Amino acid sequence: MSALAARAKLPRSTMLRSLALVVLVGVVLLIVSYQLGPFDDLQLANGAFYFAVLAGLTMLAGLSGQISLGHGALMAVGAYTVALLIGNEGWAVVPALAAATLVTAIVGVPVGVAASRLRGPYLAGATLAFAVGLPAVADKFSGTFGGENGLSINPPTPPSFLGASFSIEQWEAWIACAGALVVLFVLWNLTQSGLGRSMRAVRDEEIAAALCGLRVGRTQAFAFTVSAACAGLGGGLLALVLQLAQPGAFPLQLSLSLLTGIVVGGLGSLAGAAWGAAVLVLLPRWTNDLAHSFSLSNNVSSNLPLAIYGVVLIGAMLVWPSGIQGGVRALVGWALRARSSREKD
Amino acid sequence: MASPRIRSIGVLTAAALAAAALAACGSSSSSGSSAPGVTKTSITFGTHQPLTGPAAPGYSEIAPGSQAFFDYVNAHGGVFGRKIHLTIKDDGYNPTNTVNVVHQLVLQSNVFGIFEGLGTPTHTKVVGFLNASKVPDMFVASGCPCWDKGTTQPYTFGWQPNYTIEGKILGQYIKQHFAGKKVAVLYQDDDFGQGGLAGIQDEVPASQIVAKQAYQSGVTTLAPQITAIKASKADVLVDFTVPIYTAIGQLTSFTLGYKPQLVVSNVGIDPTTVGGLLKTISKGKASGTGLIEGAITDGYLPSPTDTSNPWIQLFMKIHAQYDAKAPFDGNVEYGMANAYTLVQALQAAGKNLTRQALINAVNTHGASWTGPGLVKYRYSSSDHGGFDGAEMGQLRNGKIVLFGGAKSTDPSTSGAITPVTLSPAVPPANGVPSGQ
Repeated sequence: MSALAARAKLPRSTMLRSLALVVLVGVVLLIVSYQLGPFDDLQLANGAFYFAVLAGLTMLAGLSGQISLGHGALMAVGAYTVALLIGNEGWAVVPALAAATLVTAIVGVPVGVAASRLRGPYLAGATLAFAVGLPAVADKFSGTFGGENGLSINPPTPPSFLGASFSIEQWEAWIACAGALVVLFVLWNLTQSGLGRSMRAVRDEEIAAALCGLRVGRTQAFAFTVSAACAGLGGGLLALVLQLAQPGAFPLQLSLSLLTGIVVGGLGSLAGAAWGAAVLVLLPRWTNDLAHSFSLSNNVSSNLPLAIYGVVLIGAMLVWPSGIQGGVRALVGWALRARSSREKD
Repeated sequence: MASPRIRSIGVLTAAALAAAALAACGSSSSSGSSAPGVTKTSITFGTHQPLTGPAAPGYSEIAPGSQAFFDYVNAHGGVFGRKIHLTIKDDGYNPTNTVNVVHQLVLQSNVFGIFEGLGTPTHTKVVGFLNASKVPDMFVASGCPCWDKGTTQPYTFGWQPNYTIEGKILGQYIKQHFAGKKVAVLYQDDDFGQGGLAGIQDEVPASQIVAKQAYQSGVTTLAPQITAIKASKADVLVDFTVPIYTAIGQLTSFTLGYKPQLVVSNVGIDPTTVGGLLKTISKGKASGTGLIEGAITDGYLPSPTDTSNPWIQLFMKIHAQYDAKAPFDGNVEYGMANAYTLVQALQAAGKNLTRQALINAVNTHGASWTGPGLVKYRYSSSDHGGFDGAEMGQLRNGKIVLFGGAKSTDPSTSGAITPVTLSPAVPPANGVPSGQ
């Protein structure tokens, strides 16, 4: 049976189709979370909150054509919102996460409006300033935000019906994966909607899009706001999974590694964001293990992971210029072509 | 143009997420002995250290120093026949990494406990997890008063004098020797700096303190802070800074032509580290320790350059044998002295090692242990603070010289500062502590 025939059996409505996908991925993740030990569940949760951020960022960069170096700071907004609401106000998890998404979206509006007037390096510079400047706010109001020390919260407790042996880490993985699935569902539908088409039109040719009656600035500001909301949710999930919000957790390197994630994963595709999340979580761990498997002096072996990380990224971009997802797509395409040509023979 | 691509996303997203999750799959098996991380022949501890990042200069030598001491103990038969292993993980001083590596150590590597986890902003984010999991959290490498709460955090122990104690002792000296002079404080804006500032304010009259300037770890300049301090015309500058910011602060003061009497917390003055940083940051223009010469500080261990001290002789011998690649300085000494305390605790915990036995051993016997320290430990079941004081010191000819005798106090505002009458302990013949 060919892939096309299988695809034809899927429901025609985008909404239903994406819902089916989300349920399918959810079931897979549910099963996987039971197979993993507590630490790997925590890694899964890490991957899930990175996916939420990367999905929003890849939509912004790949569909709307805007670059942002400020998403680490937007994550901080979400993380601090969750830490303050859960730690000080005693909110439940879901409303706190919803509030983090909303607050970050509101912060994203003025940044997005400003960003819609800037292009290329100027846009990168403006968002970069945002990433550098925002953590200082935590220092300025150290009474509320805990200064350099940041905030800590208690871990979420799993409901008792899951049993006493159900680990906190698995519960965290469930929450983070649920958040990631919400992002997947919303962004999938958004990219397929009229708005998604408007974004692509704006990305490809702003003047032509404007001539067609699209409001270029408004479309870009909207894309930035949605992307900020995703980063806020991701940051909120980070706070929940790691139980912290601290300036040192959101350095400039975080914003840069998020950008690395979407480029290496495959720009503009949600699957690429998933690959990117996997790279961000697993690559540092592998490079660390690799670096310490050689017996080198401490100075060398502690800096080697960074060097290996860089080499792997350069290598990946040389082999797959369109990211891992591009590479996978090329492989699948090649395999399908090879099979169909064999069937013809 | 994107439609076939987007349709294929579904399957691939599922595949990607599943692959990511499966790739993360590692095996974790618990050993069959009395406690995780303990076998008949070994004990495994884990630690998180800033091997890279802003706190790495100097501090990255601490854990290798501890490891060298364990190697030495292992070569002498270990503790009850068990060899001590230390798994060092880099967290880059970023708490996101700290949380992940500590979970990895506890949940996947099944370590017996965490030892010497470094940093206030980092370690505060794992104390809750370690105590909830009942994992010994031994001798945190930070002087935050937040490790001292034995009743609410029974598994966490501090080690070095907490920053408030240190601030009080430095403050008393300033009050006595710089009476009426203007004092400025430069501090890191976390529990380290704030604790130290609190100690200074306990002792030095408020009218004398003319400037208080905070900085965030990770910033690349202290020009605004030093300019403000210079404008306050302070005669004495107190630094609660990690080594790199001591160096940046002094270079900035030098550039501005501002020369106050410098007073630096013990954690920020190691001459080898700060001297090296001064040279690197100034691109070779400032070599040696000229810019910090004469600085007043405090110490709770013998000065690493005091080669007539038997403890320094022991540590230098171990250093030459197991850790010769790093320079022997205050950081290496710190790592070894802290490791010495852990071996004392393991000896006192007895042959049937469990996590609770180790905690009980420190609670019951810790206050009576002697070692390289110049002052006593505060350990009890309700107070998990480490050393209870320090001795004043000064940087003379690039070396820290301690003077005036050790003093002890407690972190409370009313706690008096009293001279210590402890006679210096002598290391055991083979260098391995015997417990009790």
